Amino acid sequence: MEETDEPHVLAVDDNFIDRKLVEKLLKKSSCKVTTAENGLRALEYLGLGAGQEHSTNGNGSKVNMIITDYCMPGMTGYELLKKVKESSILKDVPVVIMSSENIPTRIDQCMEEGAQMFMLKPLKHSDVKRLRCQLMQCQ
Amino acid sequence: MEVGQLQRSFVEYMTSLFREGFLDAQFSQLQQLQDDSNPDFVVEVVSLFFEDSERLLNDLTMALDQPNVDFKQVDAHVHQLKGSSSSVGAQRVKNCCVPFRNCCEEQNTEACLRCLQQIKQEYLLVKNKLQTLFELEQQIVAAGGAIPMVQ
Repeated sequence: MEETDEPHVLAVDDNFIDRKLVEKLLKKSSCKVTTAENGLRALEYLGLGAGQEHSTNGNGSKVNMIITDYCMPGMTGYELLKKVKESSILKDVPVVIMSSENIPTRIDQCMEEGAQMFMLKPLKHSDVKRLRCQLMQCQ
Repeated sequence: MEVGQLQRSFVEYMTSLFREGFLDAQFSQLQQLQDDSNPDFVVEVVSLFFEDSERLLNDLTMALDQPNVDFKQVDAHVHQLKGSSSSVGAQRVKNCCVPFRNCCEEQNTEACLRCLQQIKQEYLLVKNKLQTLFELEQQIVAAGGAIPMVQ
């Protein structure tokens, strides 16, 4: 596989339009993007799905950041965050939570669980640029 | 009509859409994301928005037509619509969603139906406006001009 220095971001959102937008925003900031429509699909992609061997069978080792919506049916972004942070392989992958609602207790809850950042939707180009800078510093 | 005139009409029209609150800054964000690698980005996203909204409005109509309304389901649909309209900058549609969600919380079917009526109206208005905008764009491009950027 070709080595590029483009960070690989997994973007999770149940809203089709928001997925398209976040993908475009990330690509515009020179990121490679994979999208998932819910928490379960995201976990499967990362190799953390139920029934998957929790080893490097998934794509978790390739992902540099996860950005997820908070409000999703089935598994919320918060629950996804917890699963990632509980994983020995993925716990250091930064997880960003997005939400259309500015609820301080929600924000605190996510930050306490180890979220990298909490961002308000709709995301703007400047938000993603800021994220990108943070990501560069993390590496 | 010559290009200059078309472009001026476009700028005037777009400015009025912002001024009247049909569109907000998020729409400008969409336009800024459009580039040579994706020259139809705005039209694509807006078309998705139209499809998505029409589906949601149908679902809402059906959900509110039930003898025992499932307000959680209604609220979930409104939440989706709020998200989509917010993401494309359809401000007036988005603003209709807030009172709608309150009515869901109060489990007030009549009030929800009024909200739905209002959202449908706002949706049709913005759809019409955006289609007009896109037609103007096409005319400009056909006449060999560039689409002016409006902040």
